[in-house]
Amino acid sequence: MNWIVEPWPWYVAGPLIALTMFLLLYIGKQFGMSSNLRTACAAVGGGRVADFFRFDWRAQRWNLIVVVGAVIGGFLASAYLSTNTVEINPELTQKLETQYNIKSAGEAYLPPELFGNEVLTKPFNLAILLIGGLFVGFGARYAGGCTSGHAISGLSNLQVPSLIAVIGFFIGGLVMIHFVYPILF
Amino acid sequence: MRYITFLVIGVFFGIVMYKSEAASWFRIYEMFEFGSFHMYGIIGSALAIGIIGVQVIKRKNITPINGSEMSLAPKTKSVARYLFGGIIFGLGWALAGACPGPMYVLAGAGYASILIVIFGALIGTFLYGLLCKYLPH
Repeated sequence: MNWIVEPWPWYVAGPLIALTMFLLLYIGKQFGMSSNLRTACAAVGGGRVADFFRFDWRAQRWNLIVVVGAVIGGFLASAYLSTNTVEINPELTQKLETQYNIKSAGEAYLPPELFGNEVLTKPFNLAILLIGGLFVGFGARYAGGCTSGHAISGLSNLQVPSLIAVIGFFIGGLVMIHFVYPILF
Repeated sequence: MRYITFLVIGVFFGIVMYKSEAASWFRIYEMFEFGSFHMYGIIGSALAIGIIGVQVIKRKNITPINGSEMSLAPKTKSVARYLFGGIIFGLGWALAGACPGPMYVLAGAGYASILIVIFGALIGTFLYGLLCKYLPH
């Protein structure tokens, strides 16, 4: 039963993600994991300050249910189906250690240096997490979708706008890792 | 009953995200360093099957179980919003090491700090709602 606790290879994960998309299409919805943020903003009364949140969010409640499912899935996978360690390219393990003082590659699922509970008392780390999330939320709505909505759903439907968005995702990601990280960390 | 279906799909997706390590900061970092084929393989194989499946749906006129239209409407044509929005998203994706799906998965896995990221994403979404009429689309 080793395959359960070992990381699933890409050729298992990719098809299962495609299956998730087809299941949602088959029940008349679409695969996108960031629209729920808009639904949540609307549900707490965002419509009072911005037209963008003035829509029938109750009809979109299903995407909040998918979120609840994803939370449960994360709990089940981490508690029962995983060793909670991630091995990456050894050269990068080395680079993280020497350049960024992150020594947990191969030993943790998320680096405690950035996500451990002790960072909750460090303003610098809190700012990184908050700003990272803020850019994700703002960018996803500005671009009209995130990795699932554009890179999987949109590109599967051969949408040029999604290709532009995915190129944008990579421009942003590469700039962050190659130019901003060396300044920040 | 409908809710159970959505819940099960969410659980399934959450397990796949966690088990494939697509929810790991390390894998996102590695992807942007071009250190491994793993993430490209995940997205690429999902996409290859996705493209074939969507073509089958369109050619065979397959409709959803409830008789509605498949949610495959073309996206509005534009460059600015997709490029600028995409770049902002990418900066955040690499900075927090998580995109929206994995955020929830990691919350379930018990990482309290990811709640800050989710809170940030809600604020970001809210700010977009306030500012969208001033932005180029």
